[in-house]
Amino acid sequence: MVEPATATQTAAPVMPQLKDELDIVIPTIRNLDFLEMWRPFFQPYHLIIVQDGDPSKTIKVPPGFDYELYNRNDINKILGPKASCISFKDSACRCFGYMVSKKKYIFTIDDDCFVAKDPSGKAVNALEQHIKNILSPSTPFFFNTLYDPFRDGADFVRGYPFSLREGVPTAVSHGLWLNIPDYDAPTQLVKPLERNNRFVDAVLTIPKGTLFPMCGMNLAFDRDLIGPAMYFGLMGDGQPIGRYDDMWAGWCIKVICDHLGLGVKTGLPYIYHSKASNPFVNLRKEYKGIFWQEEIIPFFQQVVLPKDCTTVQKCYIELAKQVKEKLSKVDPYFDKLADAMVTWIKAWDELNPPTAGSSVPNGKAA
Amino acid sequence: MRTPPCLLSLTLDSAVLNLSNITDLSPLPDHILIELFLRTLRAGKLTERVLKLFIATGKDEVFSLIQALNIQVTVNPVLPTSKCLPIKDDEIDIVIGALNFDLTSFMNVWRPIFSRFHLTIVKDPDLKEELKIPEGFNLDVYKEPDIDRVVGTSTSIIFSGYACRYFGYLVSRKKYIISMDDDCLPAKDNKGFLVDAVAQHITNLTTPATPFFFNTLYDHFTEGADFVRGYPFSLRNGVTCALSCGLWHNLADFDAPTQALKPEERNSLYVDAVLTVPARTLMPISGINIAFNRDLVGPALLPCFRLATEGKFRWETMEDIWSGMCVKVICDHLGLGVKTGLPYVWRNDRGDAIASLRKEWEGVKMMEEAVPFFQSVRLPQEATTAEDCVIEVANAVKEKLGSKDPVFAHTAKAMLDWVKLWKSVGGSSSSPGA
Repeated sequence: MVEPATATQTAAPVMPQLKDELDIVIPTIRNLDFLEMWRPFFQPYHLIIVQDGDPSKTIKVPPGFDYELYNRNDINKILGPKASCISFKDSACRCFGYMVSKKKYIFTIDDDCFVAKDPSGKAVNALEQHIKNILSPSTPFFFNTLYDPFRDGADFVRGYPFSLREGVPTAVSHGLWLNIPDYDAPTQLVKPLERNNRFVDAVLTIPKGTLFPMCGMNLAFDRDLIGPAMYFGLMGDGQPIGRYDDMWAGWCIKVICDHLGLGVKTGLPYIYHSKASNPFVNLRKEYKGIFWQEEIIPFFQQVVLPKDCTTVQKCYIELAKQVKEKLSKVDPYFDKLADAMVTWIKAWDELNPPTAGSSVPNGKAA
Repeated sequence: MRTPPCLLSLTLDSAVLNLSNITDLSPLPDHILIELFLRTLRAGKLTERVLKLFIATGKDEVFSLIQALNIQVTVNPVLPTSKCLPIKDDEIDIVIGALNFDLTSFMNVWRPIFSRFHLTIVKDPDLKEELKIPEGFNLDVYKEPDIDRVVGTSTSIIFSGYACRYFGYLVSRKKYIISMDDDCLPAKDNKGFLVDAVAQHITNLTTPATPFFFNTLYDHFTEGADFVRGYPFSLRNGVTCALSCGLWHNLADFDAPTQALKPEERNSLYVDAVLTVPARTLMPISGINIAFNRDLVGPALLPCFRLATEGKFRWETMEDIWSGMCVKVICDHLGLGVKTGLPYVWRNDRGDAIASLRKEWEGVKMMEEAVPFFQSVRLPQEATTAEDCVIEVANAVKEKLGSKDPVFAHTAKAMLDWVKLWKSVGGSSSSPGA
């Protein structure tokens, strides 16, 4: 039986890497008690809290954290009419935090995620592992059978072409979850007691051309490299679909990362996911998505971005165009979503004007 | 001088080895039945099926032995959602290429795992000494004269060194082949138990692979793991797995420069996962610890890429890397899956990487040409069997790589010859892809 780490207060003092370059974005509608557990690992960092739901409610933040908090009123004030692209009553609203951040790196985590233990019983510093993943290269062009070659004790295996050993910059680090796994509603209904107790001690790069389901519960990314593509879509209140926010973002970022020659890693770190959401509620939210994803996946698998899309924003606008062209026939929702994608980019560029003389190194277009 | 065993004793030994073919033990006289029972026990071959055979004779002595030894049938719960295909032991062949003449300790340490199955041992024709193999296995051994006889002396040259195992693949008639280098021992998992590499490979080959979409919890058929949210339902059935690639503890399969740079590096990490390598993604498929479905992809594992300076250490060869890329491309084309990860084997230290460095690294240079070729090669829809696919790849190699280095041109021809050899010697042609 897997359990969360409880004695994190006695965890070895960490040298907080990227302390001034990383923001932790947390969407919440309830409370932030879980932060107590994470205190030794998170306290050196700046938090961006996105409060979903009723803005008149006060969310208490445990003392000692450096944070900024945004509720719906703040979002409306800052974005004006463009606020329509930010979901309401859904954790998808977290992407507002990505937009207002001024840092290079983002780590996002759900408020029901606690510190996991590795097989030796030691508390896992998820943030530290994400940073290691992001700061070391990815290898999307050729699969290394010993997984991440940049980890201590691993390397490239015989036969791995030397010209591909430098790797490419890592844009996204996707972590996993012990205890309650991230299943969809039908699987939850069939297997309500299933728990993930398997600690797979590996990080690996998801190969180019391969899509994956990106979960937003335990995720880190380089805002400069891929930030504008991390839009979590239109979900929740007034929308026909929910629990596909991170999926949508994951398919978009993967296609764009493949195009721009950036890497996406998955595997460590693990967090301990404590709360299983209600599968019947989930089924109602996901229902349409389960059918729609059968059309959406082939769409993303076949998307080709033109060579002149050399920045993330250009790629994303092009993607929005193709969504409108090809997916609107599945449901008018996609028409709205495509518009929202464009609104998002406009809002992003407004809040993140390019500084004079800076050109974001996006890597070579495929 | 030791008295040679009597005919009865030899018969009983042979019966133990062939238990899977025996369906009725009742004609046996009591004393022979008991002796057979005891030898079966000693050989570790008392499975539930075999136990039932003995019980079915109705002989009291058998019952009293079972009671006295407290033998119990463990009831395996029926797992309705298990997708494992039932496999008979006689569908499996374990092929070992013998580059060391003394296989005694190797075979003995693998005995608990290997003894149930048929083994095919192929002796490297360059090995001068006689093979030493312990008793008690059901095996066929092939040496240079046998190879010459089957394929002719002019062709037998391709089976020297590590490539000798391909002869085993060629002449085997089993559906599943598990192949391992003779310097590999059973590894331990993260709980300290010995890993049954054969069972794990068979599990990999008999459960579906999922090459079209990546599951972040890796293999979905393991207990406690399933497809995650966002995994399209239409892709959850998966495809047949044709190849299972295992990993290595202690001496991992690094090339000589890496080994020379990090001479103390030993791999002790146990990554408890099997995963499907996505379609259109290439990888270095090491020949040290693999298993495959011979019916589906047999001809695609080929001993055709031979370096002039190829030697007797793994880091002086590329034959398996080349073969692996062919297999992967062919599997992708035929809609078959390739898995990697568990099982681990423990690889013995041997060789001096720095000494190997002195040889010219043509293999490394050639990979730089080979990889872009394999990444871009596309096979026509009409190629529906592994043989057809190998021919297509061979023609493409000749066309696109032949002019870059004579080794490629030679390899292309060798691949075409291999298909002809497979068709004439390899038994029935492979089944069309799933």
